[in-house]
Amino acid sequence: MGKTFQKPEALTDVHTHYCPGCTHGVIHRLVGEVIDELGIRGRTVGIAPVGCAVLAYNYFSCDFQEAAHGRAPAMATGIKRVRPDLMVFTYQGDGDLASIGMGEIIHAANRGEKFTTIFVNNAVYGMTGGQMAPTTMPGQRTTTSPLGRSTEETGMPIRMAELLSSLATEGYITRQTVIKPKFINRTKKAIKKAFTYQMEGRCFSLVEVVSTCPTNWGMTPLDAITWTEETLLPYFPLGDFKTPEEAEAVSATA
Amino acid sequence: MAKILMKGNEAIGEAAIRAGCLNYFAYPITPQSEVAEYLARRMPEVNGVFLQGESEVAVGYMLFGAAGAGERVFTTSSSPGVSLMSEAISYIAGAQCPVVFVNIIRGGPGLGGILPSQGDYFQSVKGGGHGDYRMLVMAPASVQEAVEMVMKAFPLAEKYRNPVMILGDGLIGQMMEPVEFPDHLRSDPSKKDDWATNGMDTRKSTARNLVKSLYLDPEALNDHNLLLKSKYDRMKQDEVRYESYNAGGDFQALIVSYGTMSRVCRTAIDHLKEEGVEVGMIRPQTVFPFPEKAIHEAASKESCRVVLSIEMSMGQMVEDVERAVLGKRPVKWYGKCGGEVPTPEEIMEVVKEHL
Repeated sequence: MGKTFQKPEALTDVHTHYCPGCTHGVIHRLVGEVIDELGIRGRTVGIAPVGCAVLAYNYFSCDFQEAAHGRAPAMATGIKRVRPDLMVFTYQGDGDLASIGMGEIIHAANRGEKFTTIFVNNAVYGMTGGQMAPTTMPGQRTTTSPLGRSTEETGMPIRMAELLSSLATEGYITRQTVIKPKFINRTKKAIKKAFTYQMEGRCFSLVEVVSTCPTNWGMTPLDAITWTEETLLPYFPLGDFKTPEEAEAVSATA
Repeated sequence: MAKILMKGNEAIGEAAIRAGCLNYFAYPITPQSEVAEYLARRMPEVNGVFLQGESEVAVGYMLFGAAGAGERVFTTSSSPGVSLMSEAISYIAGAQCPVVFVNIIRGGPGLGGILPSQGDYFQSVKGGGHGDYRMLVMAPASVQEAVEMVMKAFPLAEKYRNPVMILGDGLIGQMMEPVEFPDHLRSDPSKKDDWATNGMDTRKSTARNLVKSLYLDPEALNDHNLLLKSKYDRMKQDEVRYESYNAGGDFQALIVSYGTMSRVCRTAIDHLKEEGVEVGMIRPQTVFPFPEKAIHEAASKESCRVVLSIEMSMGQMVEDVERAVLGKRPVKWYGKCGGEVPTPEEIMEVVKEHL
């Protein structure tokens, strides 16, 4: 194989509908590369959410199902329970996973369902036009918090990786971002690790990716990267929150 | 196989296994929790899948995912639970996946009660979820019939790639009756390689499959709905099932009744016969598709003066009966839906009132 830059086989050759400066494209590519590298396209089923990635099935070239808003983890559970040999991943945004689908993700994680979730957190509802999400920052203006998110009325942003890692069930829970090349490399490693745990039938895995939404943040793509770095990352710290190895170490010393 | 005495709910669980369905997802709710309890023990014995979901909402999508991946799957629930599943039922119908649902109806609305009712007729026959969809709905009148309908439901769901519902009232689930599981009703799951997300490697294909209900293009969505409608039209053509009782000769009144209620009506008809009053009955075994033609023909008999829709609801099926009778005869309704099943004496009284 040459060293030409190519499209992963796991992605289709079509233009996406994502806005300029949005990082969904990068994340799609990373998932596609990982599927290629693990050689699992022929036994992978993706689950599209409702939100910006609702059409993800047009961009991946493996089997795909499309869920209702927030229900992807329940669908993934159904597939994985009846066909444990299939590799299953859900691709969900913050409105989908942290708001309407909070119940489904917590219970799937707690049952230790052996699928992988790519959780794209850009602190806003994208597809429906920039409404407030559970991950919207205090004071952040959205179409449903026009004066800025009031924490008195709506509480603080939910840190999903931390919340899910508090479950006693074994799992791989990590938070990454893709706003700089070094972070992109780390995100890819995390996604590969997540899929590998699934391949080994080991545990539930979730990679939260802090992402940008220049359109609904009302920023240029560059400003969006700066804002992510200065505002989102201090509140949503990067790193592994839980690994199955750690859990083993804990139980060995207990 | 010899007959054994079984509770309806347990027989329903066993029937699914005997039909060849080894995947069950559910959430406990009275009066059908015995199905989940039975299958929690039984599924592992047959290397099947049993999972208690966190809610009926989630269970709906577990079924959707499993059916989308090409596996046979079913659930059981009761009225408030079916309301929660109705979101998924709409998606499942839209995405054309075969799933079998059993609703052991309890009284409503809201929490209602836990006693038998037929108050979910509209929900199941007219569509409890959003959008233009239909389910094939079968209504058993005995535990034996529930067993047979469950067993028939899987190949039907696969034939139409559509959800099928068994609509039983609480009595069907709770009572014990002798049953046998007919071997000839076991069926092999249909081939699903042309649409299911069972993995490209599995079907040795380079083309991927999509299971979805989203059609953003208005023409494409209209075409999709026309395709769904053509399936529902085929069901109306080919799947109508009903039983006639005492309807061969002349009768003064025609009863339309289904499920447990129809058994009481049968007794009332026998007693009325002894008193010299002839009453015929059409018992729909499928409530969608509805036996319109049979009811219309029976109601059109010269001797028939009135048609009575007798149901454990405040008058739901009566609308379909009216549609079938098409004004040929007066159509009356009688029912109760607090959980008490009307007695034969009450039914006899009602019939006499209208003659």
